[in-house]
Amino acid sequence: MLNLIWLLLMVIGVGVAAFTGRAGAVTDAAFTASKLAIETIIGLAGLMALWMGLMKVAEESGLMEGLAWLLRPLVHWLFPSVPPDHPAVGAILMNISANMLGLGSAATPMGLKAMQELQTLNPDDPETASEAMCTFLTLNTSSVTLIPGTIIALRAASGSKYPAEIVAATLLASSIAAVFGVGADWTVRQFNRRRRR
Amino acid sequence: MVDTLSLWAIPAMLALIPLWAFIRKVKVYDRFIVGAEEGLQVAVKIIPFLVGMMVALAIFRASGAMELLARAIDPLTRPLGFPAEILPLMIVRPMSGAGALAVTADLLKTHHPDSYIGRLASIMQGSTDTTFYVLTVYFGSVGVKKTRYAAAVGLFADLIGFLTALYACNWFFR
Repeated sequence: MLNLIWLLLMVIGVGVAAFTGRAGAVTDAAFTASKLAIETIIGLAGLMALWMGLMKVAEESGLMEGLAWLLRPLVHWLFPSVPPDHPAVGAILMNISANMLGLGSAATPMGLKAMQELQTLNPDDPETASEAMCTFLTLNTSSVTLIPGTIIALRAASGSKYPAEIVAATLLASSIAAVFGVGADWTVRQFNRRRRR
Repeated sequence: MVDTLSLWAIPAMLALIPLWAFIRKVKVYDRFIVGAEEGLQVAVKIIPFLVGMMVALAIFRASGAMELLARAIDPLTRPLGFPAEILPLMIVRPMSGAGALAVTADLLKTHHPDSYIGRLASIMQGSTDTTFYVLTVYFGSVGVKKTRYAAAVGLFADLIGFLTALYACNWFFR
């Protein structure tokens, strides 16, 4: 899919340039952009290292566990088919906490662990997603962002005066999106339950 | 008050996180180095995405194709209040995290990060997620083939994320 989009951008771009007579501008733009990409990374790399280093220290000090403890009641409510003391609960909690803190590299292994645990609870066919799995995927794809670290770094690298000014707006927007996502998942589950009766 | 808070947010984090971790008996510098190395790896990994996306978008823009697209979808985006420049980000976002980051980097460089489009792109990037990627990796890892309604709900959440990002941006910055 991404392959097609990339191809279309390039081909349509050059095609339109043929009509508008901007072949020279296209060449310039392509070369300048490839240089700009490296300049962006040079600005970004140090900030990423600082940010991820700091977050690693936070992770080690039990920040994720603290957040997971706060979120535990929510997970019980969202996953009625998972027993409260099942190992899946721990993995789900750690995954969501890592996602909220913007720790992508810590979130994925925990997420895969959670999927394995949920698979052991899958009531029907192992090739069909269980309701708990769908809920977990919804939580993952619409996760609330407490600190969008990468974007703050990218904004700082691009010369923003106030790189962190978008934090409150991002928190608000992602929270509302998460409520809608979880709400949609809940609605589908209720609908399925009624149909099964 | 708010200004002081945002002025001190980063310095406070820089001091308090290591201090708290030290009290909890973490080897703070050692862990920082491990994390910083991960950060550098992430930065290196997104370079090819950045080059590919920024070049393609630059060609698309320099040729005049972006203006044509903007004019074509104007009747659709104007009532909602979306600037057309943001469209590539909305298309790439559910598919590739690094790709979307590259599109955002391009928008921040082209328009300024503190411009309306720059802020909107930043908020959108943070309030939506790579639905298709998560779906493929997570379900693939346990051999689930029938994903039922998961993709629909995930994309619905992304769509709401785009809309709330737009309203949040207007509300906070206009």
